[in-house]
Amino acid sequence: MSAPIHIQPGETFTLNVGPQHPATHGVLRVKLEMDGEYIVHAETVLGYIHRMHELMGENRTYPQVLPNLSRLDYLGALGYTHGHVLAVERASGIEVPERAEYIRAITVEMNRIASHLFWFGAFVMDLGGFTPLMYAIQDREYILDILERVTGSRLTYCYYRFGGLYNDIDDEFIPATKAFIPRMRESLKKYDALVTGNIILQKRLKDIGPLSKELCRKYGATGPVARGSGIDFDVRKNEPYSVYPEFDFDIPVYHECDSFARYKVRMDEMEQSLRIIEQGLEKLPDGPIMPAKKPKLIKPPAGDYYQAVETARGSFGIRIVSDGGKNAYRFKLRSPTYSNMHLFDEACEGMLIMDALALMGSLDLVIPEIDR
Amino acid sequence: MGAYFSEIFRGLQSLAIGMGITFREFFKPVVTVSYPMETLKMSARYRGHIELVEDEKGQPKCVACGMCQRACPSGCISLASESVEYEVEEKGETKTKKKKVLTKYNLNFTTCSLCGQCVENCSFGAIDFSKEYNLASSRKEDFHFDLLQRLKERNS
Amino acid sequence: MSLTVLNAIIAVVIAIGFAALNAAYLVWAERRGAGRIQRRPGPNVNGPLGLLQPLADGAKLMTKQLMIPGGADKALFMVAPVLAMAPAIMSFVTIPFSDVIVAKSMDVGVLMIFAFASLGSMSILFAGWSSRNKYGVMASVRAVSQAISYEVPMLITVITIVMMTGSMNLHDLAVSQAGGFWHWNIIPSLASPLMPVSFLIFFICSLAETNRAPFDLGEAESELVAGFHTEYGSMGFGLFFMGEYANIVIGASLITILFLGGWGCPFGLFPSVFWFLLKIYLLIATFIWIRWTFPRTTIYGLLNLSWKILIPISLFNLLLTAGLLKVF
Repeated sequence: MSAPIHIQPGETFTLNVGPQHPATHGVLRVKLEMDGEYIVHAETVLGYIHRMHELMGENRTYPQVLPNLSRLDYLGALGYTHGHVLAVERASGIEVPERAEYIRAITVEMNRIASHLFWFGAFVMDLGGFTPLMYAIQDREYILDILERVTGSRLTYCYYRFGGLYNDIDDEFIPATKAFIPRMRESLKKYDALVTGNIILQKRLKDIGPLSKELCRKYGATGPVARGSGIDFDVRKNEPYSVYPEFDFDIPVYHECDSFARYKVRMDEMEQSLRIIEQGLEKLPDGPIMPAKKPKLIKPPAGDYYQAVETARGSFGIRIVSDGGKNAYRFKLRSPTYSNMHLFDEACEGMLIMDALALMGSLDLVIPEIDR
Repeated sequence: MGAYFSEIFRGLQSLAIGMGITFREFFKPVVTVSYPMETLKMSARYRGHIELVEDEKGQPKCVACGMCQRACPSGCISLASESVEYEVEEKGETKTKKKKVLTKYNLNFTTCSLCGQCVENCSFGAIDFSKEYNLASSRKEDFHFDLLQRLKERNS
Repeated sequence: MSLTVLNAIIAVVIAIGFAALNAAYLVWAERRGAGRIQRRPGPNVNGPLGLLQPLADGAKLMTKQLMIPGGADKALFMVAPVLAMAPAIMSFVTIPFSDVIVAKSMDVGVLMIFAFASLGSMSILFAGWSSRNKYGVMASVRAVSQAISYEVPMLITVITIVMMTGSMNLHDLAVSQAGGFWHWNIIPSLASPLMPVSFLIFFICSLAETNRAPFDLGEAESELVAGFHTEYGSMGFGLFFMGEYANIVIGASLITILFLGGWGCPFGLFPSVFWFLLKIYLLIATFIWIRWTFPRTTIYGLLNLSWKILIPISLFNLLLTAGLLKVF
């Protein structure tokens, strides 16, 4: 259905999808040149929610930037703050106690599940089914309740600190998380039966929205988008950080390159995250959550530092160039969906608008994160 | 031909499974909270806006050192203090000493991002998070809190 | 003569009242049902169980300003919502609710309902075209191609039934199935072994004809904002909404009369209007249940379903029934 079409010049019309449109989940604007229901040319326009996070990172001291990172991707905020603290810790050589790293890994994985759950619901809503969103939100709320008890907030967390954590987990965290794992497995089975197996959904996603391996490489796509196109890359495995080498988990990779492959990657990732949480709770060591010796003022020695982490949307990189001062000289964020989104312009040419918006949903775009 | 019919059959079967799931969910209890009628109890670590902490005498613990003001990323805390002289009895004689007393502690909650840097940087435990979340107004002035005033109101 | 006119006026007033009441309370039922499926209460503040919600909604819709977008075709823009509601009400005239409750029993009742149903897609085309909105135009073109392709299998199925009964009068169609559920058309008999399949085809087609999920391509909100009624507000939107629900009631009534024995009791006792209403509301509940379970189909998926699956099977069924009727 997405074979390229040939039309005469002057027969097309322009359709503005966004900045206010139900399918873009934010303020992304897509300028579509259409021939009937077929897309001839697409252009994504950014800049409606630019907040200069990189410049703010250069104007403020290192601890003052902490809350900014969770405002990038509001659905999987912990992954981004994790990248930030790891980068600054690497730059200034702060040792992190093992317990803190374990708690970080567990909470990041929980946040990843929450993020994928919300994506799942919103994606199915893009395809016209509203009820799975509500079921997904029920499970997500459970995660947010657990995280709220530990971190104090539900969405834009500011929990990790350089060297450790803001505070230790409470008594309820471990039993609540242990209760959550079987509940989530049960829910995943439900989603499988209700949505994944559904013939309407399969017809809408299978062989729709092909993103070839080359296209993904060309635009630097990472995360579930790349893994759905057969690129076996996950920062947690390929450039291990934190305590991830201690865990036994798989990276789901699908070679079909279609929207359904990306869907399956995310659904399988939730199961893998559950495995990581399970192992993390088992191995969680006792001990302090902050290092005994920590510089009072964070002043990394002059140099260039880079840290990549795997967030729910792909590889998030943070580069800090320090001139030895208490502010960063250059604070560069490499956000995964920025690369993932730009695939869309090229990939959707010749597609029907319905399929193109299904493809856009499968990219899992979070606009504030693209437009930092 | 066989594939044609088996696809139709499998399709119908998948639809029936989906309908079975929503049918079962229909009879399960409601999970939402009817918000204005019922409210949830906030967890112990919930981060609302900050609030001054009082000592045993009902006075703010704050010594007006200004650490929170400097730590705040958004610059939403402004405080002022004045030096007052007070007398203490030491070794039988009365001495006059000076100390800083807080006269103003304003929080501009419109720009606060609830990161907790101020609470973390306070060496005296003089500020803490409140559990208040029912904040709504159509005027931004309503979010410029005078925390000293709030402390007095709480005590009276 | 004057008595006939009076008769007709009373019938129309009752039909409008029934349609409006149904539309209002089916919205309530839909929202409550969707709420329960999604494990939330649904509207529950206005009145007991939220029963006054439709009144509040109606008051809100009526007090809003009627906006006509600049550059719109004013006449068509105003006519479209009326055209959405009127055929639905007209169709009620010929539907027999029981042996005696029928405004006008016609020999071509089935044809009349289908003729008015086709007018419904006309209103969608008008609405989308006249509002000078690209989303609206795309949605209306979709809705019309959908209506055309789904009327075919629907009519073929009806022909099968008309052939078996030998009448196009809805009253006769219902009477021919009287006396217990084993006489109903949905139950396969020697002359018509594929009747359950026919029922399924007709059911799917009536979902598509009434623009209900999963075939609500005309108002696919994730890509076309609100589809053909993007530019409508106030009671213009309200009329589309009421028309949609009135169409659902007609679809359910038609299924009941054609396949489920009309007002007949399943056990052959006490046929009455009660059974008719019970059957149509059960069918409507199924419509609502389906809407809140499935994602939306694509436009080509929808057309493929019609032309590759529904039409061949219904044609086969027609030929089979014709042959078997000759034999038995």
